[in-house]
Amino acid sequence: MQGIPNKGAGKIVADIAEVIVSNKAYLSEIDGKIGDGDHGINMAKGFGRAAERLDPDGTLTEAMEILSDVLMSEIGGSMGPLYGMMFSDMAEALGDSETIDAESFTAMLQAGLDGIQGIGNAKVGDKTLMDALSPALDALKAANAGGKSFPEALDAMKAAAAVGRDSTIDMVAKLGRSARLGERSRGVLDAGATSCCMILTAFADSITARLD
Amino acid sequence: MQRFINNPDDIVDETVAGFVRTHNDVVRLHEGNNRVVVSNFAAEKGRVGIVTGGGSGHEPAFIGYTGKNMLDAVAVGELFSSPTAKSFLDAIKAADGGAGVAVLYGNYAGDNMNVKMASKMIKKDGIEVATVVANDDVCSASAEEREKRRGVAGEIFMWKIGGAKAATGASLQEVIASAQKAIDNCRSIGLGLGPCTLPAVGHPNFLIEPGKMEVGIGHHGEPGVRVEDLKSANEIADDMVKVVLDDHNLRAGTEVAVLVSGLGATPINELYVLYDRMATKIEERGLKIHKAFVGNYFTSLEMVGATLTVMALDDELKPLLDTETNCPGF
Repeated sequence: MQGIPNKGAGKIVADIAEVIVSNKAYLSEIDGKIGDGDHGINMAKGFGRAAERLDPDGTLTEAMEILSDVLMSEIGGSMGPLYGMMFSDMAEALGDSETIDAESFTAMLQAGLDGIQGIGNAKVGDKTLMDALSPALDALKAANAGGKSFPEALDAMKAAAAVGRDSTIDMVAKLGRSARLGERSRGVLDAGATSCCMILTAFADSITARLD
Repeated sequence: MQRFINNPDDIVDETVAGFVRTHNDVVRLHEGNNRVVVSNFAAEKGRVGIVTGGGSGHEPAFIGYTGKNMLDAVAVGELFSSPTAKSFLDAIKAADGGAGVAVLYGNYAGDNMNVKMASKMIKKDGIEVATVVANDDVCSASAEEREKRRGVAGEIFMWKIGGAKAATGASLQEVIASAQKAIDNCRSIGLGLGPCTLPAVGHPNFLIEPGKMEVGIGHHGEPGVRVEDLKSANEIADDMVKVVLDDHNLRAGTEVAVLVSGLGATPINELYVLYDRMATKIEERGLKIHKAFVGNYFTSLEMVGATLTVMALDDELKPLLDTETNCPGF
């Protein structure tokens, strides 16, 4: 089975952070249309701080624990606990696995989704990060079941995350601050789904690059 | 944007530092967490502790209501962003005098999650925690979905009632019941004439066209539920009273407390203009104003606009509202 060693994969979190930090202004801009415009700022602060503190030669498990700690103890807001729980539960699921392969990565993402559901109550269709995460996980599982290779499955995950992200444009927000706007929240991307799609895409790209 | 800013990322730390320096006779900074403000009168052995927390940018809320017979500890978040679970946890511990801690906060997704996590984390410390979630903002959801409404300036009444009740030596359960009653008896509406800008973002996150106003605006810059043509102060006051009281359904003769707060950039004199008309309209409905508060009590950076909160009083709430307090916000 194709995979990469967990040891040294801490760099993946640094890659994710780089994407988030470079999209700071964009994420704030889309958040500002129906939220208060601070999504990019808080995300960049949290992921940026974690990137400074993690050991790129360490494991992905350790790096995700560091990221989770920063998000939960220093960032707050809604994204702090949501992504904090996601990365904390993903780190727990990956644990001391030596290899990140289709099986351990899928289990990890499933744990992340469960973690978010445990604290946030969001369902697909509510115009939240779940609209990117849930179909992405489904696509990953379907690709695995269909006998696809790990990079093919990661590609399928990426594509589904992007479709999921874009599906939020035509949704009316059901949770979070934008939910207060009702119909007025329709017509723009959800900032959480957008950042989640970036995270999943960076995961896929960073792992795929290391598989070669 | 012309503002008093050093590095936008430091603004909350600098706000808190200046606040505790100004009011060091009443409050202090938590020793291990610079995002927690603690009352000099806390923790008091045997008395229920009162905690809240919320994003910054609403000053004097939330920190300004820390003090005697009010809040014992306050968790401070980034501008318009919930404090961390860790800060709520530290605030709860700082407020605990052994009789449990009431966390009285507003209904926002981030605060709900962070308080929930803090309540889980506190279990191993053996501190009993109970919560009341404020939902006084009429326009943020229909009456059938009241539990979805957000908390706004009515939170100040909730804290005042909760703090005063705790000062009587009441149990945690009794404090929670009184604070819940206070917020259940509150209805609020916000009306915006101009948006606000997070310094790190640098531009307003929504626009209000000249000659327009946003009815039902939230105090984080969330646009209102509808946009209307700007009217005279009296017409606006009439509309605000109507929205609040139509939702309230109070018997004639009921005594009420009224709070009119500016959203940050509205001159105080205009708030008095609004209040004068609001009081007339409230009294026309047969209600009796026991006490009124007019000023900048719960702001939203430099938003132009005002909020109106009406709390119905009864024999229990009235003396609690009148209990003397010592906090920077009043």
